[in-house]
Amino acid sequence: MKAKVYVNLKAGVLDPQGKAIQHSVELLGFSGISDVRQGKYFEIALDDSVDTQRARESVEKMAREVLSNPIIEDYRVEIEA
Amino acid sequence: MKFGVIVFPGSNCDHDAYHVISKHVGQPVDFIWHRETDLSSYDAVIIPGGFSYGDYLRAGALARFSPVMNSVKKFADTGRLVLGICNGFQILCEAGLLPGALIRNRDLHFICEHVFVRVETSDSPFTNELQRGAVLRIPIAHAEGNYVCDDQTLAELQREDRIVFRYCEQDGTVTDAANPNGSRDNIAGICNRERNVLGLMPHPERACEDLLGSSEGRDIFRSLAATLAAAA
Repeated sequence: MKAKVYVNLKAGVLDPQGKAIQHSVELLGFSGISDVRQGKYFEIALDDSVDTQRARESVEKMAREVLSNPIIEDYRVEIEA
Repeated sequence: MKFGVIVFPGSNCDHDAYHVISKHVGQPVDFIWHRETDLSSYDAVIIPGGFSYGDYLRAGALARFSPVMNSVKKFADTGRLVLGICNGFQILCEAGLLPGALIRNRDLHFICEHVFVRVETSDSPFTNELQRGAVLRIPIAHAEGNYVCDDQTLAELQREDRIVFRYCEQDGTVTDAANPNGSRDNIAGICNRERNVLGLMPHPERACEDLLGSSEGRDIFRSLAATLAAAA
C-alpha cells in the first residue's frame, strides 16, 4: 500500500520560490500564468499488513505532526491500495 | 552558573556560542550532544545556529524530534533559560516553545550582513542590562528568517510585550526598508509568555568582539549572566 501526502503553503503565506518559478517559466515564453505555488509531495510505502483505515489514520498523524507545519501549511492524504 | 550549548548534526555556530560563554561571560559551559537527555546540571541552554539535519523538510523541523528536545521542554517548563539563535529560533518555533514560524526570506536570498535591531523590552532575562529602544548592530545569516504568525498571535505578542527585538534603521526607526527578510512587524526576536525562552534570528554570539565588526551582542549575554547571578 502506498500513501501520498501533499503539503502546500496556506493561502496568504508568501511563497517567494513559487514567484521565482513563475518568473522563470514566463521568461521561457509561457504566458497566462496567474500564480505558481510550490509545495511538497511525499510517497510513503506501507506494509501490506496495515489495513486502509489504520494507514489513513497514521499517515494523517504523520502529515499533521511532522510533514507539515500547521501554522503555515495545509496537507492532503491519499491512500492507494 | 553553568551553560550548555546543544549540538545537533549540522549545528555550526555551537563553537561561537561556547566561545562567548567561556571567554566573555567567563562561566563553565559544555557542549550537549542532541542524544543527551539530562540537563539537570545546567542553568541555561543555548540552541545555536546552523543547519540541523541539513534543514531537511523545514528548517528546524527534524531537530525537534531529537531526544534532547523533550528535556529542553521540561527545562523551559521549570523556568530555566533557553536561548535559541537563528536555527535555534527555528527549532523553538517548530517545537512549539515559541509561537509562529520562520519561512523563506521574501526576496529568496540567503542574507548574510550586519543589521540593526532595536531592543523592544528590557523586561526579559536576556535584555535586562539593555535599555528599551537601544539599537544593536548584529549580523544575520539566514535564508528562512521571515517571521510569520496569525493576527491573534501578533496581538498577543504585542500586548504581552513579548517582541524583544525588531529590525530597524541605524537611528532606531522601524521601517520596511530596514526589514531584511519580510518578517511580520519587523520581528527579529520574541520570548514566550513566561519570558524564559528567547528566540532571535540575528547572531549576537558573532558580535562580541570588535575584531569581528561589532561587540554589541555582548549585552545580551551580559544580561543572561546577570539574571543567573541574581537568581543564585
